[in-house]
Amino acid sequence: MIRPFGWNEFLFILTAAQWTLALSAIAFAGGGIGGFAIALARTSGARPLRLAAAAFIRLFQGTPLLMQLFLVYFGMNIIGFQINAWIAAMVALSLHASAFLGEIWRGSIEAVPEGQSEAATALGLRYAHRMRFIVLPQAARIAVAPTVGFLVQLIKGTSLASIIGFAELARAGQIINNATFQPFTVFSIVAALYFAICWPLSLTARRIERKLARAAAR
Amino acid sequence: MYQFDFLPVIGAFDQLVFGAWLTIKLSVGAMMIGLALSIVFAWAKTSGPKPLVWAIDAYIEIIRNTPFLVQIFFIFFGLPALGLRLTPNSAALLALVVNFGAYGTEIIRSGIESIHKGQIEAGTALGLTRLQVFRLIVLKPALRAIFPALTSQFIYLMLTSSVVSVISADDLAAAGNNIQSQTFASFEVYFVITAIYLAMSLAFSLLFSLVDKRYFAYPINR
Repeated sequence: MIRPFGWNEFLFILTAAQWTLALSAIAFAGGGIGGFAIALARTSGARPLRLAAAAFIRLFQGTPLLMQLFLVYFGMNIIGFQINAWIAAMVALSLHASAFLGEIWRGSIEAVPEGQSEAATALGLRYAHRMRFIVLPQAARIAVAPTVGFLVQLIKGTSLASIIGFAELARAGQIINNATFQPFTVFSIVAALYFAICWPLSLTARRIERKLARAAAR
Repeated sequence: MYQFDFLPVIGAFDQLVFGAWLTIKLSVGAMMIGLALSIVFAWAKTSGPKPLVWAIDAYIEIIRNTPFLVQIFFIFFGLPALGLRLTPNSAALLALVVNFGAYGTEIIRSGIESIHKGQIEAGTALGLTRLQVFRLIVLKPALRAIFPALTSQFIYLMLTSSVVSVISADDLAAAGNNIQSQTFASFEVYFVITAIYLAMSLAFSLLFSLVDKRYFAYPINR
C-alpha cells in the first residue's frame, strides 16, 4: 500500500535529524579526544609514537568510511559483543574522526614556529607546560577553521551509518520513500535538512579562515 | 573463539578483481569528466556573467553540504520520477561526476586565483586571445599549484565511490556484499576489501607523487 506524503511523514524525517546530530556530536567528541592523542603522538620526540600515529592516519585516510563501518560492525561480533548499529557507528566514526582531526591538528601544531617551543624550553618549561601554555593556544587559532570544515565532512559521513541499519536522517528518508514512493520529494527534503545543518558550519569555517588570513597579512 | 576463514574470500578472487577494476574505471572516468566540467565552471565563475556565477555557486554549496549517499539516492531513485532512468553503473558515474565537479571547481578556481593579474595582462598585451590566455598562461601554472589538492581529491573520490554499492553498481564494495551473502564470512570479506582499497589508494598516491616530481618540479630543467 502506498501512503501519501504528508505532514506526519515530514515530521518523521525531521525527528530523525536529531539522531544525525547526536551521532555527529558523539563522533566529534570521541574523535576530538582520539585526534588530540594522535596529534600529540605525531609531533612527539619519540619515533615509534610518531610512526604508529602516522600508520593510524594512513590506515583511516586510505580506506573508505563505509568499509570502516562494516569492519567495526562485523568485528564487534568476533570479539564477543552483540551486534549493535548504534555502538558500531559511534566507534567507527570516532576512530575515523580521530585520524582526520589528528592530521589537521598535527598540521596546526607544526605551523607554530619552532622558536616558540625552543624559547619555552630555554625558559625551563617542561613538555606539558610548553604544550599547554605556549604551543597549543597558538595552534588552536590555526586549527579552528579546518576543524569546523571537517565537522561538516563528519556530519555528512554519519549518513553512511544508515547502511548498517542505524536510523538517522538518510535512513528515515529511505523508510519514508519506501512507504510513499515519492523519491524526488523525500530526498529533496532529506538533502535540504542536511544542507540546513552543514551550510552554516561551512560559512563559519570560511569566515574564520578569511579573518585569520587577513590577520596574517597585516 | 572465532575461527577466521579467508578461503572463501580468496576463492572469489575473480569477483574481487572485477570489482576493483570497475572501481578504478568509475573513479578515473568520473575524475576525467568531472575535471572537464570543473575547468568550464571555474572559467565561468571567474569571467562569466553574474547569474551564471550564482548558479554555479549554488551548485557547489549544495553538493558540498549534502552527503554523497543522499545525492546518489536522489539521482538513482529521484530522477526516474522526472523520466530519466539510469542503470546503477551510469547513475554511479553521474553521481560521482556531479560530486567531484563541485570540489574540482573550487580547487581549480583557487589555482586560477593564484595566478598574478599582471601575467594575464601581459598575455593580453601580447595579443593572445582570451582562450589562449586562459589555456597557456592561467591553466598550466595553475595546474602545477593545485596538483596536490587535485590528487588527494581523486583518492577521496575513489574511497567515496564505495558508497555506490548501495544502489548495487558492480564496484569493489558491491563485490564484497555479494561474496558476503554467498559465504557469510562477513568480517573476512570486508577485511580483504578494505585492504584492497588501502593498496589502491597507496598505489595512486605513489604514482601521483612520481608524476608531481617528473612534470611539475621546480626549477624546470629543460
